[in-house]
Amino acid sequence: MNLYLPIAEISLNVFVLVGMGAAVGFISGLFGVGGGFLITPLLIFYNIPPAVAVATGANQVIAASFSGALAHYRRGTVDLRLGTVLLSGGFVGSLAGVLLFTLLRRLGQLDLVVSLLYVVFLGGIGGLMLVESLQSMLRARSQGTGEIRRPGQHSWVHGLPLKMRFHRSKLYVSVIPVLVLGFLIGLLAGIMGVGGGFIAVPAMIYLLRVPTSVVIGTSLFQIIFTAAATTILQAATNRTVDVVLAFLLMLGGVIGAQFGTEAGRKLRGDQLRALLALLVLAVGLRLGWELVAKPDEPFSISLPTGEIG
Amino acid sequence: MKGAVQAASLGLGAIRRPAVLALASGFAFAPLPALAQQEGNETFEIGLSTGTISITSDFTGARLVVFGALDNADPKLLRQQRYDIVVVLVGPRSPVVVREKERTFGLWINRGSETFDAVPGSYALAATRPLGDVARRELRERLSLGIEDLRLDRAPAAGPPGTAADPALDDPDPAKGQANVSLGERRARASVGGGPVPESDENGPGGRYAEALKRIREAKGLYNQSVGTVQFVSPTLFRADLYLPADLPTGTHMARAYLFRSGVFIRESSEPLYVRKSGFESYIDDVATRYGVLYGIVAVLLAIFTGWFGRLVFKRD
Repeated sequence: MNLYLPIAEISLNVFVLVGMGAAVGFISGLFGVGGGFLITPLLIFYNIPPAVAVATGANQVIAASFSGALAHYRRGTVDLRLGTVLLSGGFVGSLAGVLLFTLLRRLGQLDLVVSLLYVVFLGGIGGLMLVESLQSMLRARSQGTGEIRRPGQHSWVHGLPLKMRFHRSKLYVSVIPVLVLGFLIGLLAGIMGVGGGFIAVPAMIYLLRVPTSVVIGTSLFQIIFTAAATTILQAATNRTVDVVLAFLLMLGGVIGAQFGTEAGRKLRGDQLRALLALLVLAVGLRLGWELVAKPDEPFSISLPTGEIG
Repeated sequence: MKGAVQAASLGLGAIRRPAVLALASGFAFAPLPALAQQEGNETFEIGLSTGTISITSDFTGARLVVFGALDNADPKLLRQQRYDIVVVLVGPRSPVVVREKERTFGLWINRGSETFDAVPGSYALAATRPLGDVARRELRERLSLGIEDLRLDRAPAAGPPGTAADPALDDPDPAKGQANVSLGERRARASVGGGPVPESDENGPGGRYAEALKRIREAKGLYNQSVGTVQFVSPTLFRADLYLPADLPTGTHMARAYLFRSGVFIRESSEPLYVRKSGFESYIDDVATRYGVLYGIVAVLLAIFTGWFGRLVFKRD
């Protein structure tokens, strides 16, 4: 059953879109990432103009994250305080990101920058996480819970001033790295159409040393707002949010997210991290390949503003 | 000079009359090339079954039938099938940037680009016979006829003042009086009077950016042409079948029919066709354009509600 999408201006199969949402929603619930880094490339692959895919991806991410965050909130695994500090940085980043998005699109280099960002971030984070989680799994084979937190061990981050206490996360750290992290997440959200969960989760785990269980809920909480800000800014400046498309994706997404959350409870922290690392690496490699492989069609058409014509 | 040219174009509506031809060659100091329209009594009109196409949610492309009447045709020539008819539907024109990726430091990056002023969003063509048999290349170029010779710029790059613009070139709203005159006529006239016909190499129909643009749009079905799709249903009545793709651009399209007799362009007739979104989709599009912020907020609220409701219904813990 095909449906005409009013903003994407293309007629696509409803079931494929709902299925896509469900698959990404499952992953979203499982790993505590909004799934934007998966949904955006998937939509582009399904012939949706990249600009619409980026903005609509942000919109769909809200539903999946809200649903997931509710589940985590009930279980008490959301650090509202940490999330709020991340957000104040995130809003500024979001605004900068959308402005940068508009500029890059006009220059015709948006796709390149987005792909490069994905490759660098996904490749770097995926690689680091994979190495770490494998080491952790090897250690855990003999003993332990699979948690990376080791008492008495501090990184340079813990030496910064303006310290703040986050009870849920059992943390006492400076707000500076939290704000900077929030800003970066917001910036990437604006340019890449992602909630930034795939950056936030590892950064909270490895830089701030937040327990994995709290990280996921907090990340989802934070993503809701970053993605909401991105959606509104994109709708206002670029008119690229397709509500009909987003709704179909959400429909599948919320169903998938519940199953994902359930599955997530049955896996251990290090196993979860290893799986997420593999997924992140796979998406990064796929996008990297597109940058170096000879394109079938070296020419592309767009409007002077950069919109796909 | 400018005045003379404009005066000449004012008379263009009646260019088929010998008197006007004489006047034209008079100011041009040179005989017009063979592309001048020959005298003919044929009258030629087309009509669209509908003036408006509404794109609804289940729009997957459409077939547009254009009917036309050819009266006062020479019966002998008609029997010998010496008349050829080409019908086109040209989508709204807009500026477009074509970019080319080049390998740079191992990465494929957009490097070169070319901007075209007025590229039709869609182009569908139906003809009685292959275009090569209908008219010579030169004539097709002047008429901007066929995907290969379709012009992507409204105005040539350079030219004497007052002669550069071709306002009626597939313009959605040409003066009716000029509808029977081709672009080629006017340009040829201008060139004899004022200078060489400007034909930019890269921007022209032959440039590689233009070629790529046409190739991409052809692959998407936005540009298509077919042969044998204009047929005479009676000696005076013909029908043309045009294919409209699923992502037909909205706006004012121009249906245009060209009549040829033994390879000579006789006249053309045109009718506008309005394509618009309808129903729920059109409403959404309208709101998104006019109230961007409000639209964004509603999208966010919808997402939050869906997330909450989905959790309520599909809760697994």
